Amino acid sequence: MKIDQSLPLEYSTQQNQLNILGFWVFIGAEIMLFGTLFAGYFVLVDRTGNGPTGADIFEITPVLFETFILLTSSFTIGLGIHAMRKGYTKAMIGFYILTLVLGIVFIGFEVYEFMHYIHVGAGLQTSAFTAALLTTLGTHGAHVTFGVFWGMFIVYQLIQRGLTPETANKSFIFSLYWHFLDVVWIFIFSFIYLKGMV
Amino acid sequence: MEYFERFAIPHPSPAIYASMVAIGLTVIAIIVGLTYFKKWGYLWHEWLTTVDHKRIGIMYLISALLMLFRGGADAIMMRAQMAVPDNTLLDAQHYNEIFTTHGTVMIIFMAMPFIMAFMNYIVPLQIGARDVAFPRLNALSFWLFFMGAMLLNISFVIGGSPDAGWTNYFPLANNEFSQSVGTNYYLFALQISGLGTLITGINMIVTILKMRAPGMTLMKMPMFTWSSLVANVIIVFAFPVLTVALTMGTFDRLFATNFFTTSDGGMDMLWANFFWVWGHPEVYILILPAFGIYSEIISTFSGRNLYGYKSMVGSMVIISFLSFLVWTHHFFTMGQGALTNSIFSITTMAIAVPTGVKIFNWLFTLWKGKIVFTTPMLYSMLFIPTFTIGGVTGVMLGMSAADYQYHNTMFLVAHFHMVIIPGVVFAMLAGLHYYWPKMFGFMLNEKIGKWTAWIIAMSTLLAFMPMFFSGLDGQARRMYTYSASTGFGLWNMLSFIGAIGLTIGFILIVYNVIYSIRYSPRNVGSDPWDARTLEWATPSPVPYYNFAKVPHVISTEALWDAKYRQHDLFPEPYEKIHMPNNSGVPFILGCIFFAWGFSFVFGMWIPTILTTIGIFICMAHRSLEKDPGHYVPVEKVKATESKLRGSQL
Ligand code: HEM
Ligand SMILES: [Cu+2]
Repeated sequence: MKIDQSLPLEYSTQQNQLNILGFWVFIGAEIMLFGTLFAGYFVLVDRTGNGPTGADIFEITPVLFETFILLTSSFTIGLGIHAMRKGYTKAMIGFYILTLVLGIVFIGFEVYEFMHYIHVGAGLQTSAFTAALLTTLGTHGAHVTFGVFWGMFIVYQLIQRGLTPETANKSFIFSLYWHFLDVVWIFIFSFIYLKGMV
Repeated sequence: MEYFERFAIPHPSPAIYASMVAIGLTVIAIIVGLTYFKKWGYLWHEWLTTVDHKRIGIMYLISALLMLFRGGADAIMMRAQMAVPDNTLLDAQHYNEIFTTHGTVMIIFMAMPFIMAFMNYIVPLQIGARDVAFPRLNALSFWLFFMGAMLLNISFVIGGSPDAGWTNYFPLANNEFSQSVGTNYYLFALQISGLGTLITGINMIVTILKMRAPGMTLMKMPMFTWSSLVANVIIVFAFPVLTVALTMGTFDRLFATNFFTTSDGGMDMLWANFFWVWGHPEVYILILPAFGIYSEIISTFSGRNLYGYKSMVGSMVIISFLSFLVWTHHFFTMGQGALTNSIFSITTMAIAVPTGVKIFNWLFTLWKGKIVFTTPMLYSMLFIPTFTIGGVTGVMLGMSAADYQYHNTMFLVAHFHMVIIPGVVFAMLAGLHYYWPKMFGFMLNEKIGKWTAWIIAMSTLLAFMPMFFSGLDGQARRMYTYSASTGFGLWNMLSFIGAIGLTIGFILIVYNVIYSIRYSPRNVGSDPWDARTLEWATPSPVPYYNFAKVPHVISTEALWDAKYRQHDLFPEPYEKIHMPNNSGVPFILGCIFFAWGFSFVFGMWIPTILTTIGIFICMAHRSLEKDPGHYVPVEKVKATESKLRGSQL
């Protein structure tokens, strides 16, 4: 593999450039996926049958925590990439681990939130609204969970192999993924929770 | 339903047992054959683990042809049942299952892999690349498609076929009205193969954008590559919608959610909307690459470059955009109000304009050309008038007010077959004959080929034109029988005869392949048709590294310039070539996905969990793996080239 020294490490080989572009296209597909989920949610949001409405069940506290944690983790992974560009591998690994820990905390809050919904009688089978709600949130949550595992494999490789064009590329792509999940969450926060609570 | 009843064992129909035995015997025969001829190693090393885009293309091609016969068998059964009034060959349930599998197999597992075969084989060659951007993922795409297809195909012997139509409308597809596991099969078969398609979409977009030969700007790409690029962009935007819809449908059936139910707030029309937001663009995913193939063939055999290159590209881009804006024409009559109907009526008819532009461009290309009537050209010539019939009747269907008269009649069935058979199937057969020498190093017999083209084209007309009339007379689609007093008998008999003609035509293709394998002269050279684009600059069959030297391009017709305008196509010296390594993981992952889908279909949760873990293990393995590929040394490249090109070099 030819390595182009004039470019940042994550772009430095041809395969790396292909990977990054491929991942952007994949994000295009993910936007459609979440877009469809949102569309389904908005069609079904008032179709609550005999079940509760959003205003009945949403709780602001865990949602605020989730938002805060996820936004912070997006920031820490940004710092990780910054450290990578400067070649501070140790700092980078630290920030990545911090990001993953925040991700795990996020999932913890989300699990609590789901238990709360089931507790107040808003299970998956209650109504079209609850099904759409839990599927949309669940898809995002599953992405975060997947991301945590993925990130662990990347951190492992950073520790084992150090910063190479390959690991740099993987780390960079993972950071794109993580930021994307953050953006999706902002939509969830604004259009599902805030809109549903007023 | 009782647990074991779901597997439909024992099954009431002896035909199913016969099929089981037949499938079992075939499998045994294949295993014994492979063992006897000691071909397991060959199969594994050369095909199952391959990451070569050309081999993957050929595997798509074989699958597509097999599925053509599977879907064709369903078609002929339907036509036989309808041939005379009050026929009792099939009962209503059986008919439902057959039209459902026929539609699903033909669109998802025949037409899709057919275009994927050409995209895989041709695009990297046309742009002067050595492989696609992600060879591993490419293999995975194929295996996901293949396993999805197999999943749908075993449904009829284990558990029962889907029976809610290929559109799978809820609430018809709900547990209440579709009690067998058939619809579960449908949901998972489409989910798994759809995932493969999405991955191909990403792979091809990156390949086309990033791996073109020096000098090949976007506006110098050959037309088939352009059409593939546009189709793959549509794939990336349309397939996630299907993913979500199928997931929701799966939840409704397996976990009793209420997305598409008629109680607890569920909304059946949501399925119809999602399905067609994917489904209509899907039609253009099929037709645009087909148009691309016609463009290549028409320009080659007219001996001149394509008329109106820029307008060809522009019209494709416009079509891809419009294709997302027309979906509700599939339910004009389901109560959505006059304004909505009018808007979608207009967008629908608007697609006829860029399509017309393309047809006129082909006609202008022919106009001043020196036409050579080869088999691929014959298909292209037969395509234009037949497709136009389909297109014009499409505009008729697009007028929402008129659609109240003939929606869901045989008129519709006639329309889309008149579009999809000339549009897609003819193009694929034309492409098959055109690219066969590139793929295998010898030609298909031209005489048999031309006979076949005529038989298929005329039979298409005979099979589907009568449906326009019976449809206007009120013969509903998906109706399994009718009484003599309706007067549909004659029309349906004619259709049946046409269907037999089509069957003969498709069998002749197989005959042609066998005949040509035995009798066709070998070593036709790299460029048997005097073609114009880069794929014909490689030796036939193409060596695994495609191009020994990186080509340099100056126009849309790189090879033509090299042949007749003294352009030096390969100015670079020989260098060692980097190639990816083979891998068994995509195949294994495909098998796990098959098991995963099968477990889900029957709600067997322990295997479902185990296979899910298996999928993640494969991904983890991929993450940790180091796969630098390997280099082919210069001497080896030189030796291969002089062997393949012989005196031509
Ligand atoms: C080989 C000749 C073919 C014959 C004789 C044939 C015949 C038929 C018939 C009779 C039906 C109507 C079933 C009914 O509504 O009762 C049908 C439906 C359909 N066909 Fe074909 N067909 C052929 C080829 C194809 C091809 C090549 C494709 C696609 C690439 C295709 C796609 C479909 C689809 C999507 C349906 C709708 C199924 C449904 O109603 O759910 N057919 N075909
Ligand atoms: Cu449509």
